[in-house]
Amino acid sequence: MKAVITVVGKDTVGILAKISSFCANHNVNVTDVTQTILQDMFCMIMMCDISKIDCDFGVFVDTAAEIGTQNNLRVHVMHEDIFNSMHRI
Amino acid sequence: MIETRDILETIQMIEDEHLDIRTVTMGISLTDCIDPCMDKAAAKVYDKICFCAQNLVPVANGIEKELGIPIINKRVAVTPIAILAGACKGEDPIKFAYALEKASRETGVNFIGGYSALVQKGFAAGDKELIRSIPRALAETEHICASVNIGSTKAGINMDAVRLMGETVKETALLTADRDCIGAAKLVVLCNAPDDNPFMAGAFHGVGEPDCVINVGVSGPGVVRSAISKAPKDAGINEIADIIKKTAFKITRMGQLVAMKASEKLQVPFGIVDLSLAPTPAIGDSVAHILEEMGLESCGCTGTTACLAMLNDAVKKGGVMASSHVGGLSGAFIPVTEDAGMIDAARSGCLTIEKLEAMTAVCSVGLDMINIPGDVTPEIISAIIADEAAIGMVNSKTTAVRVIPAIGKKAGDELNFGGLLGGGPVMKVNTASPEIFIKRGGRIPAPIQSLKN
Repeated sequence: MKAVITVVGKDTVGILAKISSFCANHNVNVTDVTQTILQDMFCMIMMCDISKIDCDFGVFVDTAAEIGTQNNLRVHVMHEDIFNSMHRI
Repeated sequence: MIETRDILETIQMIEDEHLDIRTVTMGISLTDCIDPCMDKAAAKVYDKICFCAQNLVPVANGIEKELGIPIINKRVAVTPIAILAGACKGEDPIKFAYALEKASRETGVNFIGGYSALVQKGFAAGDKELIRSIPRALAETEHICASVNIGSTKAGINMDAVRLMGETVKETALLTADRDCIGAAKLVVLCNAPDDNPFMAGAFHGVGEPDCVINVGVSGPGVVRSAISKAPKDAGINEIADIIKKTAFKITRMGQLVAMKASEKLQVPFGIVDLSLAPTPAIGDSVAHILEEMGLESCGCTGTTACLAMLNDAVKKGGVMASSHVGGLSGAFIPVTEDAGMIDAARSGCLTIEKLEAMTAVCSVGLDMINIPGDVTPEIISAIIADEAAIGMVNSKTTAVRVIPAIGKKAGDELNFGGLLGGGPVMKVNTASPEIFIKRGGRIPAPIQSLKN
């Protein structure tokens, strides 16, 4: 089971650290990260393995969004199924 | 590995372009609740809906979280209640409406559809009683939708029912005049009604359907408009059709995924995905704006019917490969009060009822969510219904009429329903009288197109 975490917002110190430690706290393994900075906008996509997650996935999604709000970022956590079904035949 | 571009495209569709699943609708058969005692039948109806749909809302909310895609409505469609009412001689079918309302509150669904009668060829036991109870049922409940099928390509048009429905629509508006006539916004008169439509107000669970089934309706006018806006202004219309097809494919794949997940989690068979472009009053979620993006100054101007025909066709072509079962209404909806672009076009006078009627010949439904002056006679409403039904009957397509007589208001005034039903101007109606035609009654014979065997 994989999930995709996307983070978009103004670049500040420690975004990657905040999100990855949040993942680690919930036993979510980050398997891949791509990040770019366009002008001063930070854009990061993390692939995560959520098969051993220690809380309800819905709670994880909500908490991630909350961390985003606290740091002026937009954080989305979505199951990989939606991307596979939309963009792969 | 999923490509970054694809991920960002999906998120943009959801965040900025209002992509959503419009509805997950559970169809529930109530034929096993038939009982000669209406109180017993109504109790069985309540129990069955509460049992079948007890997990519908939590499961849909869970899928919403998991996939990150909003699911706007969770609904239930039931067997046309007239079939149950037919067994209870001399009783008022409104008891079923109360049972449905109670079940909708218990399960937390947004709407229950199926306070319906199928009378295209004539009235069976319970049909007239149910139709007569519709105005009160819609006035006294909040979450019930009613529909009546008065015609089909195979059966022709039941003009007695058309006459009765003109009166029923008017009375429904009168009984809810203190609430912007909202009752009439929950009542639709159909021709060629599909059995598996997940969209309100016309949803009911057809008699050939399984005991319980999950149908999903997708949305996404904003996504289509945005995709077209990226094409150069001199791009050929065939290129625009291709863009719409590709976008519809993606939208429908998402609908299929949600339908399969819901079906698996609820352990209820998957029925169909309804490939529809369903607008909302939100800015950027308008079918009219798609037509305008194609190059029309305003929806309703010359060229609108051609653009809509192409849009409707491209949506189906793009979506059909993306889902294992396509059904329901499938196409572009044109509900006036639910579409920001249509509201503006109607206000400016560019969009008229006559043009809307022409558009219904090529879109997926019919005259939908149109406010008409409160002094329009029931016969004129009946004649509007007959015109629409004729278009549906001859073209072998679903057509519908959901007009809201704005009691005490005239053309140019406004009605406001709030929420997804929106609001908009009262539109001018031709008031020359069709009274003698409507009072003739009888049945318009099925057209030659019906003889396909």
